[in-house]
Amino acid sequence: MGHRRSLGRRLGLYACHGVLMLGALVMVMPMLWMLVTAFKSAAEIAILPPVFLPKDWSVANFSGAFETAPFGRFFLNSAFIALVSTASVMATSLVAGTVFAKYQFPGRKLLFGLVLATAIVPFEAYMIPLYVQLVGLEWVNTYQGIILPYLFMAFGIFLMRQHVSSSIPTELMEAGRVDGAGEWWILARVIAPLSGNALAAVGIFAFIQGWGIFIWPLLIANDQLLFNMELGLTQFQFAFSADIGKLMAGSVVSVVPMLIVFLLLRRRIIENMALTGLKG
Amino acid sequence: MLFCYVALLPVVALFFYVRIIPIGFSFLLSFYKWNLISPRRPFVGWDNYLGLMEDENFLLALKNTTIYSFSTVALATMIALPLAVFLSRKSRLSAFYQTVYFLPVITPMVPVAIAWKWIYDYNYGILNYGLSLVGLPSVPWLTDPDIALWALVIMGVWKVLGYNMVLFLVGIRNIPAEYLEAASIDGASDWQRFWRISFPLLRPILLYVIVTSTINAFNVFTQVYVMTLGSQSAPGQAVRMLVFDIYTNGFQFFRMGYASAEAVILTLIVLGLTVIQFSLARDDNVKAG
Repeated sequence: MGHRRSLGRRLGLYACHGVLMLGALVMVMPMLWMLVTAFKSAAEIAILPPVFLPKDWSVANFSGAFETAPFGRFFLNSAFIALVSTASVMATSLVAGTVFAKYQFPGRKLLFGLVLATAIVPFEAYMIPLYVQLVGLEWVNTYQGIILPYLFMAFGIFLMRQHVSSSIPTELMEAGRVDGAGEWWILARVIAPLSGNALAAVGIFAFIQGWGIFIWPLLIANDQLLFNMELGLTQFQFAFSADIGKLMAGSVVSVVPMLIVFLLLRRRIIENMALTGLKG
Repeated sequence: MLFCYVALLPVVALFFYVRIIPIGFSFLLSFYKWNLISPRRPFVGWDNYLGLMEDENFLLALKNTTIYSFSTVALATMIALPLAVFLSRKSRLSAFYQTVYFLPVITPMVPVAIAWKWIYDYNYGILNYGLSLVGLPSVPWLTDPDIALWALVIMGVWKVLGYNMVLFLVGIRNIPAEYLEAASIDGASDWQRFWRISFPLLRPILLYVIVTSTINAFNVFTQVYVMTLGSQSAPGQAVRMLVFDIYTNGFQFFRMGYASAEAVILTLIVLGLTVIQFSLARDDNVKAG
């Protein structure tokens, strides 16, 4: 009896793994299909029945995409936007998070409450007035206009505040003050070095977000020289719709940096997403 | 104290300029009629809102977005929860599954939407090819607006599933092992242990996941823009969604006040969902306390 039950369980387990494997295939399929299509010739792309792997792996689509549209420029723009945003988000989160966590001053509760309360309002709900403001500044079609909304992250401030208030002892800061250190010195030499993990988490979020921004560049950047990968890809799609191979090649180029980041920092990203998601 | 204000000044100034002011400004703008360029900006009271109530495009967008959000969230939650329960057991493959299922969460939306568009292609898409293998007719996935909505739901579930899974996994791991062991000793089956012990303890996380992913789903835009607009087997008219309608009214017809009124409605929907979450979460706490 016991033996039969364990056999049933084992079969059930295999069935579960079967379903999960099938699911895993579905999860990677779009990316895999994108990848193999990018290496196919035009003749191999539009045929029935479809072939999975290209007969000759050709990089013609990649070189073709870079010739038809300035994807090199788009790529650098994406990297520039994501890196500036990441650096700024890390700095502002460290400073604001520390101040909210460790200092008492009038208005502290109100300000932090505002940061929290407005974090839930989606960007899409206030992008029109923001656009109008930037028209007034004459920042339409400028890098600073694209990056401005991504220079700080409510979520990052919140995360750093949690970290600093729970894991950095106030006595350490006091010790620094006794030795005559200024507040900026304490921030840079006491708090920052003890916040590596939390700062890295904030940085990773900012980088992923900054690399993928789309609707804001769509509004604010009309000059092709300012397009990021995402915007460049969509405009390229409208212009060269028949050129699936090149389109897939461009898509691969846009996905690869995120894949590298993810595969290198997989564990940390998943854990942080989970923790911050739950705290937020 | 001076240090606090000096340190906070840049980030608070930025915060007001790019968030607080525009949020307030959008409420204000929603009572005006303005085309962005004209120096005239007449106050029209509730006209924009009244206009929206009779605007077929807006009502369709509201309906589509609601169907999209609730379907995506319901499906993603119903798949992610059993997935997380299974992956919470110790298994050599667990880390592998987590990585693979999480992968879509971090990939940028535009390229994956382009890939899905090609998968959904009427003539050469692998999905229709797969259907033809089992003798089913081809489906106009993206060209029929009614079907395209469901094509977007499928892709939405694919994108968000891993995120929900990870949150549920943390919740399950936080359940004290003694509770489950005690239940086993009392002779509870796996099924009973899940529904009587794990599930009630997971309620707050479940609530959080459902509300936040509904809010995110209400902002759906990028994949709508990529997959249903323009060329390559696209329909004459895209699937109307709320943010898409805001974008069209604001940046193609330059009806800034009108689009702001729509944006205000989006904000109110999001706030409503948040209030629901908070009040339900508080009920939970009261019960637990």
